[in-house]
Amino acid sequence: MPAKFNMRPTKNEMPSQDPKVRAHNFKEVALGYSEELALDEANRCLHCPNHPCISGCPVNINIPDFIAKIKEKDYEGAYQIISKSSSLPAVCGRVCPQESQCESKCVRGLRANMEPVGIGRLERFVADWHMENNKEKPAKPQPNGHKVAIVGAGPAGLTTAGDLAKMGYEVSVFEALHKAGGVLVYGIPEFRLPKTIVQKEVESLIDLGVKVYTDTVIGRTITIDELFEDGFEAIFVGSGAGLPKFMGIPGENLNGVYSANEFLTRTNLMKAYLDNSETPIEHAKKVAVVGGGNVAMDAARCALRLGADEVHVVYRRDIAEMPARKEEVHHAMEEGIIFDTLRNPVEILGDENGRVKGIKVVKMELGEPDASGRRRPIVVENSEYVMDVDCVIMSLGTSPNPLIKKTTEGLDTNPHGCIIANPETGATSRVGVYAGGDAVTGAATVILAMGAGKTAAKAIDEFIKNKK
Amino acid sequence: MFKIVKRRDLNPTVTLMEIYAPLIAKKAKAGQFIILRVDEDGERIPLTVAGTDKENGTVEIIFQVVGASTLLLNQKHEGDYIADFVGPLGEPSEVEGFKKVCVIGGGAGCAIALPVARALHANGAEVTSIVGFRSKDLVILEDEFKQVSDRYVLMSDDGSVGEKGLVTNALEKLLLAGETFDRVICIGPLIMMKFVCLLTKKYNVKTIVSMNPIMIDGTGMCGCCRLTVNGKVKFACVDGPDFDGHEVDFDECMNRNKMYRDWERKKYDDTCNLFKKEVK
Repeated sequence: MPAKFNMRPTKNEMPSQDPKVRAHNFKEVALGYSEELALDEANRCLHCPNHPCISGCPVNINIPDFIAKIKEKDYEGAYQIISKSSSLPAVCGRVCPQESQCESKCVRGLRANMEPVGIGRLERFVADWHMENNKEKPAKPQPNGHKVAIVGAGPAGLTTAGDLAKMGYEVSVFEALHKAGGVLVYGIPEFRLPKTIVQKEVESLIDLGVKVYTDTVIGRTITIDELFEDGFEAIFVGSGAGLPKFMGIPGENLNGVYSANEFLTRTNLMKAYLDNSETPIEHAKKVAVVGGGNVAMDAARCALRLGADEVHVVYRRDIAEMPARKEEVHHAMEEGIIFDTLRNPVEILGDENGRVKGIKVVKMELGEPDASGRRRPIVVENSEYVMDVDCVIMSLGTSPNPLIKKTTEGLDTNPHGCIIANPETGATSRVGVYAGGDAVTGAATVILAMGAGKTAAKAIDEFIKNKK
Repeated sequence: MFKIVKRRDLNPTVTLMEIYAPLIAKKAKAGQFIILRVDEDGERIPLTVAGTDKENGTVEIIFQVVGASTLLLNQKHEGDYIADFVGPLGEPSEVEGFKKVCVIGGGAGCAIALPVARALHANGAEVTSIVGFRSKDLVILEDEFKQVSDRYVLMSDDGSVGEKGLVTNALEKLLLAGETFDRVICIGPLIMMKFVCLLTKKYNVKTIVSMNPIMIDGTGMCGCCRLTVNGKVKFACVDGPDFDGHEVDFDECMNRNKMYRDWERKKYDDTCNLFKKEVK
């Protein structure tokens, strides 16, 4: 292949829906590279010998090799390289914060005003190409006769399941909800991650031989101990961090106040945005979303698409300190979301019918850095005022659900309710029980959960092999 | 998919179904509930486990047709399937260690009160059951209640069956006559539970209620079912559904349950019209 480098300093922009149009629909915002754009972008990769990008990827995808295959127009070959390391490439290409992972290490982006190679966009292109063009089912691996159970069908559980299935394990995934995918189906909205894509990724795992049991709440329907009795030799707990936090301020139980989890579950999992949905949701006119993470961005952008005239993100620090991805904040701004930063709610006000009619906030200023290294917000005296809103969505973070801990003897958790697991292996205080993802770390990212799943799959394989 | 093994109409709007779900049948205890979806596009609705048959692997549910989803469920026959059926959810009711208990059921709430009365009876408690209905043709589970009750008091709003009056009238009569109970367990419409609690507070009898707020997932991940108990926020799906009735903020819960009322009304009418069209 003739080396044909493209020395342009910037990434190819990904075509996307016009902000004015997309603010009113749930269709995917970013439309993906065409073949031409993908080839052009692939030619920006220098194939540097020490390929630092790989170390930036939590599942260590062989990035230069898959990009080389794109250059050869062997897109299926590129897919095969990615799928050796990742079970959910169409998902990760879309939702990974590449700017702080693979792309942050790319040598093309090291100098000022230079952008890294669009690795995430290329991964997405390859995964979408595979879904579109390759209808062949993968060959089922040779069974090795060992059974492993996975608790939770989110990114951590699905990755562990995929890796173990490829090694020949008989894998059963138990999911409490009626659909597999975890946050990929109930949390991340359709306009960032189409649900058909999650569905296809799950189907490709089922083609590998993974069994997925929905409607099964581990801890209630079956316990961890009963899974061992049923012949599972190891169990991976990837049950996430789904328990929402509230502020504990007056008025939080008024009608029109949601946790972001509830608002997003109604919208995404139950598809309440469709006219014929059986599940209702408020179509509020003036919405305040409290919080500054990706979940807050998702909730705000959903509220806008459900027909709100005004959506405010109320955040107690300033915009630079927001934990949300820059790209999401940027998209939200383009769509017309209003950012009320350095504001903190102190009370939600209701009308005579027990419905939200406003939110009382105080202004904040930033003081000295706190333990987390971020400047601590301090209330500005006498700065209280009322924002006129008819819906409030609390997006303050989540913690792990205590159900599995409560029903599994000897499974240690920390004071935050997170399962204690060895970061090198995912091993917990119970022999044969491994854990990873948000259940261990508290709310984090999709790709970190996948990385933890990969680590655990390897450790489970060693555990079972060494048992005999 | 979950098979409807048996169906029995208890009164014109209340139906009993047995669903094949062996894992849930093995586990479910009195006071726990399940969440179901009638079909692929359906909403998730909570229903209490009214009974289990471990041998046959079935779970009994009893529901009243009150909206679109229960209307759709009521169209299903023996041998049909529903899309999803998950449980058992919530904490089981406390049924051990009591000598004398009064179980109060109102309307379709009697379907939820029955398994609790049954479990109390099986644990050796002396059970007084007070059940209330609007009128004669709405009475359900009379024989079943009598089997597990030492005393059975039937009340009706219009006096067409049993005694005329509310369950609170019957309870107050007993308490005034000097009857004592270790505990009152009350399950029915929120307004009924509220007034039973106001009454028992006066007589200082600890009272447990089974709360029925709006739910989505039923596993503690959204807080839709939150309510205030003793000044603290609780999630009914994981902390309950049973709570100390003297600590529950009923007015708040009643208000929260009205949140989607207009929408639900419209959905119900639309679904009814759909069936009418099909009949034509």
